[in-house]
Amino acid sequence: MIAFKNINKSFGRLKALHDVTLDCDSGSTLALIGPNGCGKTTLIKSLLGMVVPDSGQILFNGKSIYNEHLYRNSIGYMPQIGRYPDNMTIGQIIDMIHEIRQPQKPIDDQLYKQFDLKNMADKKMRTLSGGTTQKVSATLAFMFNPDVLILDEPTAGLDPLASEILKEKIIQEKKAGKLILITSHLLSELDEMVNGIIFMQDGKIVFKKEVELIKTETGEDRLSKAIAKILKSANHV
Amino acid sequence: MYRIMKYVMLDILKNKILLFYTLLLAVLSWSVFSLEDNATKGLLTLLNMVLLTVPLIAVIFSAIYVYNCGEFIELLVSQPIKRTKIYISIFTGLSISLLLAFLAGAGIPILIFSFNLSGLHLIMAGIFSTLVFTALAFLSASLTRDKAKGLGIAILTWLFFALLFDGIILFLVFQFAEYPIEKMMIGISVLSPIDLSRILVLLELDVSAMMGYTGAIFKEFFGTITGRIFTILLLLLWTIVPFLIALLRFRKKDL
Amino acid sequence: MKYKLIVCSFFLLGFSATAPGRQLLTGPFKQYHSIKQALSKSQAGDTVLVFTGTYKEGNIIIDKPIYFKGTGNPVIDGELKYEVLSVKSPNVIIEGFTIRNSGHGSLDDPGGIKVYASNNVIIQNNKIENNFFGIYIQYSKHCLIRNNFIISNATDEQLIGNGIHCWKSDSLQITSNEIQGHRDGIYFEFVTNSDIFMNHSKNNIRYGLHFMFSNNDSYVLNTFTGNGAGVAVMFTKNVKMFHNVFEQNWGDAAYGLLLKEISDSQIAGNTFISNTSGIYMEGTNRIMVTKNSFHQNGWGMRIQASCMDNIITKNNFTGNTFDITTNGSLVLNNFDGNYWDKYEGYDLNKDKKGDVPYHPISLFSVIVEMNPPAMLLYRSIIVSLLDKSEKLIPSLTPDLFRDNTPLMRAIEL
Repeated sequence: MIAFKNINKSFGRLKALHDVTLDCDSGSTLALIGPNGCGKTTLIKSLLGMVVPDSGQILFNGKSIYNEHLYRNSIGYMPQIGRYPDNMTIGQIIDMIHEIRQPQKPIDDQLYKQFDLKNMADKKMRTLSGGTTQKVSATLAFMFNPDVLILDEPTAGLDPLASEILKEKIIQEKKAGKLILITSHLLSELDEMVNGIIFMQDGKIVFKKEVELIKTETGEDRLSKAIAKILKSANHV
Repeated sequence: MYRIMKYVMLDILKNKILLFYTLLLAVLSWSVFSLEDNATKGLLTLLNMVLLTVPLIAVIFSAIYVYNCGEFIELLVSQPIKRTKIYISIFTGLSISLLLAFLAGAGIPILIFSFNLSGLHLIMAGIFSTLVFTALAFLSASLTRDKAKGLGIAILTWLFFALLFDGIILFLVFQFAEYPIEKMMIGISVLSPIDLSRILVLLELDVSAMMGYTGAIFKEFFGTITGRIFTILLLLLWTIVPFLIALLRFRKKDL
Repeated sequence: MKYKLIVCSFFLLGFSATAPGRQLLTGPFKQYHSIKQALSKSQAGDTVLVFTGTYKEGNIIIDKPIYFKGTGNPVIDGELKYEVLSVKSPNVIIEGFTIRNSGHGSLDDPGGIKVYASNNVIIQNNKIENNFFGIYIQYSKHCLIRNNFIISNATDEQLIGNGIHCWKSDSLQITSNEIQGHRDGIYFEFVTNSDIFMNHSKNNIRYGLHFMFSNNDSYVLNTFTGNGAGVAVMFTKNVKMFHNVFEQNWGDAAYGLLLKEISDSQIAGNTFISNTSGIYMEGTNRIMVTKNSFHQNGWGMRIQASCMDNIITKNNFTGNTFDITTNGSLVLNNFDGNYWDKYEGYDLNKDKKGDVPYHPISLFSVIVEMNPPAMLLYRSIIVSLLDKSEKLIPSLTPDLFRDNTPLMRAIEL
């Protein structure tokens, strides 16, 4: 569904992406992991058109996304830190995105209800806590039933209850057969959600493997331990 | 495009600084007009405000707003909408809000106390001061990611056009006093949007003096209908060109 | 009505009580078909009454003291070839005609009506259009020119003479005329003891009123609008200029009032509004300028260094770009006791006079005087700053050039 082909991107002298080639098919839920500054965010941003690669191609459903914008109708994005204009209310933000996307499908207001945003619809963004802002971001990402979900550190800043609600939602969407890309540092969290791991380092993809495969290879039954084992062995080589 | 603009305006119009700016203009204008028994003198005081305060506020407020909008712009870019549309929407939303503040704060008292050509030209000068310096703020913001640097560039731009530029011209006038420099003066003043706005009002307020001596040449150039249209076109260019450069840079920018 | 006018004019002319003469009716269906015919049959004291029609009879000469009157607006046309009416007799009254299309020439200066060395001539209620000179008076005394509408439509400057041109005459009265489109609206040269009263002179090519070598005259309650260069009074003594309006005399070298080499005169109660320069003075001595209003002029007064002993007091200077400029640094004139709207002083002792002197010359006006193109920078922030600092520490502007007792309130005029 999404194909990165030989993507290179540098910021000044820093090489953020180094000849990245990657295929993501619908139905899979992939965790994008790696140390800070490994190029995760750049990869996501180039998929969203926020960063333009120096070379290479990104295909969405077989079509290049270069200078396109309509393909983003099929993407729901939840940023790591959402910041919104100070004086807009939650209601206005949601209305605005709704007006921009003009969805054909019925909207999915499950998170809106579960997060109880309705009662806060008139609150200004300036007054919200980081967690509530994340709730708004999450709600927006899922609201329009996109085929692809890109979640950048989705549970960071959320309270345990909200975090649980969001996880449930992700699993639900996974079952619905969507392509979900998650970046996270909390490997323990990912265990129940993802079925594939993409590991990046220094702008390169080190491996992309099924979770089950990793577990059997390392002999660990918990993802976090399995990954740690891989990293250790990698460092010894 | 209208959709984003509408929400940008809803956001800015509730901004405290903008409200304060409106209030400041209103207090200044009303007090100037009620203290001066002569409306023309009031206009002159307000002219200084239009040439100094209005561009300063426009350039700083816009630059800060654009930088603060960074993440919001990212969010919008992740939506199915063209980048150019996003930028144009924010620019129009921002300039319309600033214009509304100017018109409510200064425009209304000017119209009440001095409803004549001079007053209307002063309002026009204020409108263009706002537009041009909003555009220049976008240009500054597009030049650097660093908010402090961008703000610095914006303020320097204002300082240059509000003060330094005229100082340089004055210096040149003395240096080239022996030569017929009237045409050159016209050519140079076209290079400053603040001077263009000022001349627009000057030709109304000081028409008698502008008719004398070399003033007649200026009047011939700026004062005719063609000259006036030319001045307004130049001011429009001063709005469009900086914004267009900013827009082209934004289209290719990594967020 | 007609009878009344005759009596009235006889009174004005100081006629003795001779009985009114005959009436010679002139018109297409009247006793006389041509004016010349009627004139040749007339005698002193007769009335030649001309009825509606257009008369093209070349140069018509009136050489007897008659009452030459048009009724129903007869037109006398000079066909652009002839002087239309020549008056060569005293005690003539010309009234009620449209006189148009005189010839032109620079040697003999033909006019619509020309008075040759004749006293006590009255010219009134005529429309005088498109002539080289409108009304031309020379070597005459005690003439009255009243209530005429004098207009020239010519565009070629070669074809335009003065509206009312007076030369070497005395005791003239020029009253309630409207003059447009001529070279000078009213021109006086070597004319003495005369009054110019309630005329409106506008849109003339050069001056609305032009005085040369004409002493002991007055002009009062006239309006001069939009003339090429305003009003000029030159080489003259003892002129009274009261209650006139000088307005919209715009342009390079245009003035409301240009004074050159004049002395011992009075300028009072006049209004100077929207002129490039309200008053321009050169070589002017002992003039009293008082109770005038200078409003919205580019320069209220421009006083050249060659002026001395002039007193400028009790005037209002409001809304002028520059109140006063001078090209010299010597201060030989007195500016005390005027109202300046730019004055920012205070009056602690409440004597209605400011406690600190006012310096009417701004730094920027000095800069513009030296460097006219600098005008384009007027009202810019840098110029305002310069002016403010100069006010605190005068360096370039003549410090002695000041009003020591500036008024706190405008004088009611």
